[in-house]
Amino acid sequence: MEPDRRRSLRTLWIGLVAIATGQAGWIAASFLRPRRADASAPALFVAGPVDGFDAGSVTAFPDGRFYLVRLEDGGFLALHRECTHLGCTVPWDAAQHRFVCPCHASQFDITGAVLAAPAPRPLDTYAIRLENGLVKIDLSRRQTRQAFDASQVTS
Amino acid sequence: MPHVKKTPTRAAAKPEVASAPRPPSLVRRIWDSAVLRGPIVPQSDRDRAFVTVHTLLLHLRPVKVPARAIRFTHTFGLGGASLVLLSLLGLTGLLLTLGYQPVPGTAYESVVGIERDVMFGTLVRGMHHWSANLLVLVMVAHAARVFLTGGYHGPRQFNWVVGVFLLLLVLVSAFTGYLLPWDQLSYWAVTISTGMLAYVPLAGESLQRVARAGTDIGPRTLVVFYTLHTSIVPAILVFALAFHFWRVRKAGGVIVPPPRDGEPVDDEKVMFLPHLLVREAMLALVITAVVVVLAAAFGAPLGDRANPGMSPNPAKAPWYFMGLQELLVHLHPIAAVVIVPAVALLALVLLPYITSDDEPAGAWFLSPRARQAALLAAIIAASWTVVFIVPDAALSSRLPSFSGTTGFVARGIVPLGIIAGVLVALARFVRRRHGLTPNETVQAVVVFLFTAFVVVTMVGVWFRGPGMALAWPWQGGH
Ligand code: HEM
Ligand code: FES
Repeated sequence: MEPDRRRSLRTLWIGLVAIATGQAGWIAASFLRPRRADASAPALFVAGPVDGFDAGSVTAFPDGRFYLVRLEDGGFLALHRECTHLGCTVPWDAAQHRFVCPCHASQFDITGAVLAAPAPRPLDTYAIRLENGLVKIDLSRRQTRQAFDASQVTS
Repeated sequence: MPHVKKTPTRAAAKPEVASAPRPPSLVRRIWDSAVLRGPIVPQSDRDRAFVTVHTLLLHLRPVKVPARAIRFTHTFGLGGASLVLLSLLGLTGLLLTLGYQPVPGTAYESVVGIERDVMFGTLVRGMHHWSANLLVLVMVAHAARVFLTGGYHGPRQFNWVVGVFLLLLVLVSAFTGYLLPWDQLSYWAVTISTGMLAYVPLAGESLQRVARAGTDIGPRTLVVFYTLHTSIVPAILVFALAFHFWRVRKAGGVIVPPPRDGEPVDDEKVMFLPHLLVREAMLALVITAVVVVLAAAFGAPLGDRANPGMSPNPAKAPWYFMGLQELLVHLHPIAAVVIVPAVALLALVLLPYITSDDEPAGAWFLSPRARQAALLAAIIAASWTVVFIVPDAALSSRLPSFSGTTGFVARGIVPLGIIAGVLVALARFVRRRHGLTPNETVQAVVVFLFTAFVVVTMVGVWFRGPGMALAWPWQGGH
């Protein structure tokens, strides 16, 4: 009787300590977990009138962190400016007609497709809407892709 | 026996004797009660032993140490040098916290303020910078010494593991400190280094968000890095260090080298005080002087204010991560940032447990023949690494890309397989040619890998110019 009670009391205590430890760990882990991304960024970015962009041009929008590309055939692409390799900002090199990443020398063509490694995939894109003669970019969702194909172009 | 204070009692017992010794002065009594209760300048070994045991700081050390173990060229004082640099970091770091503001809008300006408006601000910041960089170098050298003299077997096994942990902590310190100035250099170095985390399979995205305290590097990142840098890591470091020193003591001090030719074989011991203490004090002064001179001559770098819209060309990680960044140019990302570091860390931690405890140890490179083999391994590693890097860099635009399964096989599995094959061949070769023991063979393999890593790091730091193309150091861009 006595030893039995001791044993169950001990089990009870061990259980309580385990629960308390678990709770403390859970609180600490939840506290440290990164917060949800800010939802404050404006979702729809108005780049300007469709006619304002020449065919074959690349226009940087620093506020939206993207490039608006108009291909030779008049179609639009919105490319996220971060290199898919490690996140450097890729500048457009007009002379070489390509994006050249300063960090590890990745290169992307005007559609964002990889011309030179180590970037593992093309630049990410955003959806584009052409409304009332304006180019609008939906910045709320970034799209990753494994290769360039014509369906990604808005015209 | 000057430390036994009987004088007052005796003086009280014989008040009538005119020539009785005077009772100790008030100053002397306060000193005795607070500090030593013994001689200020000990004259005999007995006094020295007393002082060693009865002083808080000194009592952490033994009274006597093996004569051969304190030979300078046995350890080069590298562990002590690390401690000195850490102390300098603590002191200068505390001063810096008085002027620094961990908020993106003002961080850069506050560092500029420390440099421009604070008396000796440039010197203190320079000392913090140089101590940090020297510390990484010196700790790696310390680990190399322990490894090459075989000081990680038997009772020292676990202290090797503690040492690896300490090195990681210091890397975290140096890395979190790197972001604080919030200039172009620090912002992009941290972007790239945390960008590497995204390649960890499955957990990559969340790991990266934890490291950046958000999706992008911003105010929250800075606060987290600042807190890690100035409180969390230093606190852990202090405890880990204390444990490290305690285990050195419990293992009977550093490993004792075998006698040199002509040296007596006996285990002669010398007093810690003064022989070792004086050497350590000298080393501490020399290191402090080196840091002050470097800080005064070169200061600490500070680029332009961080600009998230423009990566500098080339953008580089801190130098101690440049080996990884260079690997990324050549290998598939999963190979470069997951497989290689994970295997290397695991091997490092397990080293004491996969080598033999029974072989003789203590001499540099273990034996003359093992030294030759290690030298050969280093030469092969250095030359082959260069021979592989240069054509790979030249051809990289024509080699298979990193994407897809083919990329992983061609730029990941194949090169790693080749490296593993080379290591096995090397081990067999040196073992047969030089007649090495198992531990000596492991030494040759580790020396090979370490040399290759050093060369890869040097290429990344000095021979990568604009666009990360290979360039000579004097062509600028770094
Ligand atoms: C393990 C030891 C430490 C290492 C390796 C280390 C390393 C660094 C590095 C690399 C920097 C960037 C400065 C530069 O190089 O330009 C830095 C900055 C800073 N550190 Fe430390 N540190 C250490 C300990 C501490 C401690 C203990 C404190 C304070 C309690 C501290 C406070 C600071 C502050 C306030 C800055 C920002 C000021 C500046 O950038 O000049 N550090 N540290
Ligand atoms: S971040 Fe662009 S190539 Fe590495």
